Amino acid sequence: MSIILNNISKQFGDFTALANINLDIPEGELVALLGPSGCGKTTLLRIIAGLEHADRGEVFLKGSEVTDQPIKNRQIGFVFQHYALFRHMTVFDNIAFGLRVKPKKERLHETEIKKKVHALLNLVQLDWLANRFPEQLSGGQRQRIALARALAVEPSVLLLDEPFGALDASVRKDLRLWLRHLHHELNVTSIFVTHDQEEAMEVASQIVVLNKGHVEQQGSPSDIYDHPANAFVSQFIGHTNVFELGQQDTFWLKNSGLPTPETGKVAHVRPHDIGLDKATGEGAQAILKDWQHLGALIRVELLSKDADGGMTTLFAEMPNEQFKALQIDKGDKVAVRIRHAHWFH
Amino acid sequence: MPQSHIMPGFRPAISFTLVYLSLIVLIPLSAMLLKTFQLSWDEFWAILTNQRVIASFRVTFVSALSAAAVAGIFGFIIAWTLVRYPFPGKRLFDALIDLPFALPTAVAGIVLATIYQPNGVIGKLVLAVFGVQIAYKPLGIVFAMIFIGLPFVVRTIEPVLQEFDTAMEEAAASLGANRLQTFIKVILPNILPAALTGFALAFARAVGEYGSVIFIAGNMPYISEIVPLLIITKLEQYDYAGATAIGLVMLILSFILLLLINLLQGWLRRRNGQL
Repeated sequence: MSIILNNISKQFGDFTALANINLDIPEGELVALLGPSGCGKTTLLRIIAGLEHADRGEVFLKGSEVTDQPIKNRQIGFVFQHYALFRHMTVFDNIAFGLRVKPKKERLHETEIKKKVHALLNLVQLDWLANRFPEQLSGGQRQRIALARALAVEPSVLLLDEPFGALDASVRKDLRLWLRHLHHELNVTSIFVTHDQEEAMEVASQIVVLNKGHVEQQGSPSDIYDHPANAFVSQFIGHTNVFELGQQDTFWLKNSGLPTPETGKVAHVRPHDIGLDKATGEGAQAILKDWQHLGALIRVELLSKDADGGMTTLFAEMPNEQFKALQIDKGDKVAVRIRHAHWFH
Repeated sequence: MPQSHIMPGFRPAISFTLVYLSLIVLIPLSAMLLKTFQLSWDEFWAILTNQRVIASFRVTFVSALSAAAVAGIFGFIIAWTLVRYPFPGKRLFDALIDLPFALPTAVAGIVLATIYQPNGVIGKLVLAVFGVQIAYKPLGIVFAMIFIGLPFVVRTIEPVLQEFDTAMEEAAASLGANRLQTFIKVILPNILPAALTGFALAFARAVGEYGSVIFIAGNMPYISEIVPLLIITKLEQYDYAGATAIGLVMLILSFILLLLINLLQGWLRRRNGQL
């Protein structure tokens, strides 16, 4: 195990930021700490880094306890949300900083430092920016320089705080993939914090879902999406239709092929687990209110009647072709088939 | 056709600026220059090369520079304390910093002289422990100049420190830098331009200071006589041309020094990539 957290708790005044966090992160993983804002994910990252200290609990990095060690002894690389590049230094000097502040005995010769910095600049594909100052760079470039600077000291663990938070949507997409590939190349255990579930799904090999200072679930992206541990995870990751049985008409839910649950009474159904058929009269359970073209998928907005006469909106998604084949449009009545559901209390 | 500016009010604004500069700065200064021209070159040169005048220039500029340097360091520490650490009475302390701005300088001079004279509260102690007399010696001049210069330094450094991104310090620590390295390599370079501005302001103020200094200086010719006092002395003897001659040279020297500080600042900014 590369990173082990043991019963970490942190309190800010009356506010409990983290409550008894236990986490094992294997060597070489790229882990996303995912959760809504205020869930304690950044605090947890800063505790692992040593920028913040836990009230209780222990932190182990590479098998040795570092709970009381300051950040500079922990051998971690930290990439800050707003990069925190040294604005009075060139890109080159920024990356060389970690190499130049080493004690004389361990410090590399200046020519070797130069070689290493250029190697890092090539790694992040920005060698031509060596003599620029941070203020002259775009957001994406700053991000990559911050990463190169953190990697210069050859950290055993790389920590990134909202690495794509301050970037444009298009740059963000590119950088996500780039980070994933870079991680494959370097294979250094990395943790990044994000509130964007899509980002976590796309980049990480492991996701830790946090909520209100607790770990809700830890697992691979597929695990978390296909087998959410609870209602929070199910709703936070991807889109979900929530049916509360007892309040809503169970008639059509049963009719639509959904087995009655043995445990729990709230059904979470992914939009792509809902199938539609054109229907008339008795067979119709919903009306097609609207639909949107999302690229490869069509999202269909349906209205169905509740037991008490109210209307519920539900969403279904299907491939383009399938939607065309159905030949339905706004206002049409449809039959709903639920293929799969998760049941929660 | 005259091009219209994107910002409205260019003409009234520039007119106002020019009139103001003329009335308050340029016309009085040129009057001084004209007055000086009543002297022949030989007379002018004779006044300036007078041993007593040269000594007073040395006293003023050496004291002002050392006072500004000390105020620069102390001001930095005080600004740092005010920005970085919470402590009880911080507001009150913060308000006290500006007091030298408001106090009549003569009052400040008398108070300082009373305390630092050989049998004053602090002067007695310093004399006993270090064997150094402060008031009525050149050292007294430096003390008065530090007193009036300090607020300039604190007030110029404070906002820059407040804006300083502490994540840079955390980044330095994460890269293995110790506190001293972080301070020297990260914090200081970012604060230095502001510190230089504070230094320049404190220096300019100290060079022209009269009120507080004359009460503590002792005013011994050749030893602790400052230029402004010499000018007053000349005026009292109705030697107006002589007074303006000294004033003019003092102005030029101050201007050159301030210009040098400005150039240094510009160079620092360019070196640090802040264009």
